[in-house]
Amino acid sequence: MRVDLRLNPGLAELAGHHPRLTVEVPDGASVDDLLAVVASDHPALARRVRDEQGRIRRHVNVFVGTDNIRDLDGPATVLANGVEVAILPAVSGG
Amino acid sequence: MDNGVTVLIGTTKGAFVGRAPSEGEEVTIDGPLLGGEEVYAMALDQRADPPRLLAGTLSWHWGPAIRWSDDLGATWVDPPEGAIAFPPDTDTSLERIWQLVPAGADQPGVVYAGAEPASLFRSDDGGETYQLVRGLWDHPHRPDWQPGGGGLCLHTVVLDDTDPAAMWIAVSAAGVYRTTDGGDTWEAANGGIRVPFAPEGDEPPEFGQCVHKMDRHPDRPDRLYLQHHWGTYRSDDRGTTWVSTGEAIPADPPPIGSEPRPFGFPIVVHPHDPDTVFVIPLASDAQRWTVDGRCRVYRSRDAGDTWEALEQGLPQQDAYLTVLRDAFCADPLDVPGLWFGTRTGELFASRDTGEHWSCVARHLPPITCVRAYAT
Repeated sequence: MRVDLRLNPGLAELAGHHPRLTVEVPDGASVDDLLAVVASDHPALARRVRDEQGRIRRHVNVFVGTDNIRDLDGPATVLANGVEVAILPAVSGG
Repeated sequence: MDNGVTVLIGTTKGAFVGRAPSEGEEVTIDGPLLGGEEVYAMALDQRADPPRLLAGTLSWHWGPAIRWSDDLGATWVDPPEGAIAFPPDTDTSLERIWQLVPAGADQPGVVYAGAEPASLFRSDDGGETYQLVRGLWDHPHRPDWQPGGGGLCLHTVVLDDTDPAAMWIAVSAAGVYRTTDGGDTWEAANGGIRVPFAPEGDEPPEFGQCVHKMDRHPDRPDRLYLQHHWGTYRSDDRGTTWVSTGEAIPADPPPIGSEPRPFGFPIVVHPHDPDTVFVIPLASDAQRWTVDGRCRVYRSRDAGDTWEALEQGLPQQDAYLTVLRDAFCADPLDVPGLWFGTRTGELFASRDTGEHWSCVARHLPPITCVRAYAT
């Protein structure tokens, strides 16, 4: 199946300046599975989203549709064909 | 080499590069570089041709990294897979780079990185890739190390110019550890360093000291100086035993413990005199600003037995400044300059080793590290 991955400008720069990527993943894939596929194609991008242990960074938000995966099943959230996944920096800092 | 000084300035929002002629107060500041990234550690590896600028960076969104520049910051390399990471079996994620130290000319390509959570990494390729130093990571004390206010960080790496297999590291709040076999085995080296912030019993504990910074002069290979959370110390036996040296430095009455001891973060040894050492006392330990609202650098010329205040040109009224552990350094000129940055974004310099000072930059972001090189 295919997932539409939407990136903020900073991450898009690490993906060949593409703000959107269409990613092929197996049926029933989770957010974690999606990010693993992204890591193989775009390691610089993936390293910004997940740390070396595969954990999504604290100030990075991942949305499936309009839902933050924190409110779903986290990285184990299962994706549907054609869904939009957005990776966005949290409004944090100082 | 134009006999000038290049000053690397790391801040919480990027880095700057200062350039100064060999004498005088004129300093030009270039930057910002790496805008928006916290830069806690910088180094200029002058063994490389051209010299390599190393920076430990942290984006609160996108995580930590070690980047390098071979053109003094005009362009940077951040490899896709990253230069540094914990191995999978540690189940540990890198949080921040606190220290970058190129080794001596006899170890080309070797660079050490101190990190948070407290760990030491070594590079053998000029800082492009790093491996965890397992001997320290597997030390039986490590699970019991406790963080200081800045986190559980390995913030100091001191190399032994006479022996490439020997070095010291310092961790807040675990203390000093040393190795004599290139990092395979380590032992705590905190004998005599008191910890009034913890139950001491009859003797200070083997580890748990909150060492803020440590320095050493190559001409006295057995001597080390350190600024502790609670006082300054000197060791003349490579860290086996330490003696308190800070009784003459101003300090506020302690909230705990029995006697005042000077608080502060950095300690800097004169580059050409192993008996001369500098500190910047801060009111301890809640305020952490310059004592009495006066910004003073203290100098000892007798290895810490006596101290004198250096204040000419430094603000002496309503100056509540904080200088962090890596934000004070000396340059290596024949008459060394001293440089320090504040959390309020001022860079102070003395081109005559502390006799006269001036503010050479202001309105920078909070300064986290300052390093000066002859270039």
